[in-house]
Amino acid sequence: MTTSSTSPKTGTASEATPTTGRGWFFGLGDRWNSLPRPQQWAWLVPVVVLIYALPLLNPPLLTTEPGTNFPLALFDVARFALIAIGLNVVVGQAGLLDLGYVGFFAIGSYVAALLTSPDSVLWHIPYLWTLPLAMAVTMVFGLILGAPTLRLRGDYLAIVTLGFGEIVRLLATIVEPLKGQVGFQSVGHPPGTNSEGNAIFAVSNGTPWYWLCVTITIIVLFLVGNLERSRVGRAWVAIREDEDAAEIMGVATIRFKLWAFVIGAAIGGLSGALFAGQIGFVNNQKFDVPTSVLFLAAVVLGGSGNKVGVILGAFVVSYIPNRFVELAAYKYLIFGVALIVLMIFRPQGLLGARQRLLAYGRQAYLRIVGKPEQLSSDSSLKGEGDRIS
Amino acid sequence: MTEPTGDDRRDPAAPDPGTERASGTERIGRHAADATPAGTAAHTEGGVELDEQTREEAVQRADEHTEHLAAEGPGLVPDGEGSIVEQLAHMTAEELAEREAEVAEVVAPDRDIAVEIGDTLLSMDAVTMRFGGLVALDAVSFDLKRGEILGLIGPNGAGKTTCFNALTGVYRPTSGQVRLEGQPLGRRSRHQITRLGIARTFQNIRLFGEMTALENVVVGADARHRTSVVGALLRLPRHHREERQAIDRAMALLEFVGIAHRAADKARNLPYGDQRRLEIARALATEPKLLCLDEPAAGFNPAEKDNLMGLIRKIRDDGYTVLLIEHDMRLVMGVTDRIVVLEFGRKIAEGLPSEIRENPAVIAAYLGVPDDATA
Repeated sequence: MTTSSTSPKTGTASEATPTTGRGWFFGLGDRWNSLPRPQQWAWLVPVVVLIYALPLLNPPLLTTEPGTNFPLALFDVARFALIAIGLNVVVGQAGLLDLGYVGFFAIGSYVAALLTSPDSVLWHIPYLWTLPLAMAVTMVFGLILGAPTLRLRGDYLAIVTLGFGEIVRLLATIVEPLKGQVGFQSVGHPPGTNSEGNAIFAVSNGTPWYWLCVTITIIVLFLVGNLERSRVGRAWVAIREDEDAAEIMGVATIRFKLWAFVIGAAIGGLSGALFAGQIGFVNNQKFDVPTSVLFLAAVVLGGSGNKVGVILGAFVVSYIPNRFVELAAYKYLIFGVALIVLMIFRPQGLLGARQRLLAYGRQAYLRIVGKPEQLSSDSSLKGEGDRIS
Repeated sequence: MTEPTGDDRRDPAAPDPGTERASGTERIGRHAADATPAGTAAHTEGGVELDEQTREEAVQRADEHTEHLAAEGPGLVPDGEGSIVEQLAHMTAEELAEREAEVAEVVAPDRDIAVEIGDTLLSMDAVTMRFGGLVALDAVSFDLKRGEILGLIGPNGAGKTTCFNALTGVYRPTSGQVRLEGQPLGRRSRHQITRLGIARTFQNIRLFGEMTALENVVVGADARHRTSVVGALLRLPRHHREERQAIDRAMALLEFVGIAHRAADKARNLPYGDQRRLEIARALATEPKLLCLDEPAAGFNPAEKDNLMGLIRKIRDDGYTVLLIEHDMRLVMGVTDRIVVLEFGRKIAEGLPSEIRENPAVIAAYLGVPDDATA
C-alpha cells in the first residue's frame, strides 16, 4: 500500500524534475553518447551475448538458486523489462500517468489463454499467432480507453486509468466465459520438442522463454528507440513539458497522446501474452492494483523517460524478490521506502531522462561544439551551474 | 516594377526611399542581408508612410545594431575546433554577411516569392470575447497587411493578450471572425491554426525546458512535417529527409536569432534573453505567415531592446508579417509600421506611430485626462 500512496507524487515529481545533477551514471551516459556508432556496437554486442548466456552461465553471486529457478527468475526480469519499456512510452515519454497498465497486461494474457487453452470454448490458433493478436486487441482497448480520457490531465487521467485496471480485473471475475478464479489451464506455447520428446517451451523450462522474451524485448527496444528519435518522440516530450505550448507549436497533442497510449498498450498486451504462455495458467489473481503499481515503480525507480533506466528499474523490481526470497513478503514495503528515498534524493530516478532525440543530432551537435568530448564536459558544467543557482 | 532588391543590398548608398515609395506596387526584398543598414533604409517604409523623423531614427538604430552585432558577434567564446562559434569568430564582415544570406535561405525558403505589400493577410472582424459578464474584447476590427510590423498597444488589462489568444485559437471569439488570407479560422484547433500560418511567442516564456535549444526549434519545424508514426517506427525515407531538413532549418534559425552556440544546451539553462530569442526561433520554425510576439522585450535592458528591434526588422525583412504586443513605447514607435491601440477591450485608435503619438485618445488612455478630452 505504501507504494500506491507515493506513486502519484512520483509521477508528477518526475515531470517537474528541477535539477539535472551529475550522478554516478550520468557521466557514463555522456561518455557513451560521445562514442561513435561502431564503437557503441563493439560494446553492445558482447553485452547482448552475455545477456543471452546468463541462464547457461548461472553466475554464483547473481544466481537466485536455490530459492528460485534462475532461468525462470531471468524470464521474470525480461518480462518486467518489456513491460517497463512499454509503460515508459506512456509515463516517461508522453508524461501520461497510467495507473492501470496492468489492464492491458491482463487483456494480453486473456487473449493468449482464450485462443490456446483447451478450457476455452473459442476456436484455437497456434500460440505464436496470439502475440500479434494480443497486441492488436490491446491497441483497440487502448484506443477505446484513450480516445475519451486523454483530454484529461495529470491526476484525473491517473484516476481513470486506475479504474480501467480494476474494471478489467473485475470483468474477468464476473463475466462467465472468462472463468474468474478457476481460470484457464495449459495455455499454449511455441512449438518444438527436444530429443527426449518434451516440449522445449515447457512451463518449467525458463531458458527458452527467457531467450524468446529477450529477443522480443530487443526488437521492441529498437522500434521504440526509433520512435523516440523522431518527430513522434519529440512531440511526446514536448507534450510532457508543456502541453499547451506544444499544441500551439503545431503538435497534434490528442493524436500523439493517443499514439503513446496505444503503443504502450500494445507492448503491455504482448508481455501479457508472453506471461500467459510461460506460466501456462491464467486467472484473475495476477492483475491487481499492486501489480500495476509495481510496474510503475520499475519505471519511476529506474528513471522515467530513459530506456536503459527503466530496464534497470525492472531488474531491481523483479530480481530482488526472487534473489532474496526471505524479503519477498516485504517487497511492497521495501520498494515503497526506496521510492520515497529516491524521490527525495534523486527525483529523476536512478538514470534520469536523457535528451537524445534527434536522429541526426549527433552530427548536429558535432557541428555546434566541434569535438564530441566538448559536449560532455560542457553539459556537465551546465549541470553543476544549474545546481548552484 | 522595382529593381531586384539584391542589388540594393550591395549598394551601400541605398536608393532614396522617397523615390522607391513612389514606384507603384512595392515589393519586399526578402534578403537577410537587408538587415544591414542599406537594406533597412531601402524599405523600412514598407508601403506605409512613415514620418521622416521616425524613419531616420529607425535607420540610425539599425545602424547601431549592425555595428553592435559586428562588434559582439565575433567576440563569442569559441567552443571547440571547427565549431560554428569558432568559424563565425574568424569570419570577416563580408563572409559574415554571406553566411547570413545562406542562413536566410534556410530560414525563409520561399523568400523569392516577392509579396505585395498592402495585401491583407489577417483580418479581425468585429471580434468580441466575453467571459461571463466581462467583455474582454468589444467588436475589435483591424487588418494586418503582408510584410508589415503592426504594434498592438494599450494600458494593462486593455485586452491585448486576449486579442492574441483569440487570433491564435486559444480562445474562440464569442462573436465576430478572424480570417487568415480570407479564410475564417472558425472552429479549427490550435495546432491546425499554427499550420495555417500563425505562430506566437508567450508573455511568460514557455519553452520545453528539458529539451535542448535545438530540439525546441525542431519541434516547431515538425509542424510542417508529415512523417507518420509508422514511418518513424520503420525509418522510412521521408523520416530521414524530414529529420535532416528540420535540423538544418533549426540550426539556421538558431543562428538567425543569434544563439547557435547554445544549441546543445537545455532550454531551461539558457539565460533569460536567449530564452526569449529561442521562443522566437521556435515560432519561426513553424513557417508562419504571421508571427505574433507577446511582449518580447519584457525584462530587457535598453541594449537588449535595441538588439531585439534589429531582430524583429530582420524577421520582417525575411518575409514574415509581425504582430507585436509591447509596453515599451520607444521600441514600439521605433520598429512598427502601424499601431492599433486598445483600451477596455475597444479599439480607440489605429494609425502610423507618429499619428498615434499625437492622438489625444491614446494620450488620455495612457496618462488619464478628463473624460471630455477622450471622446
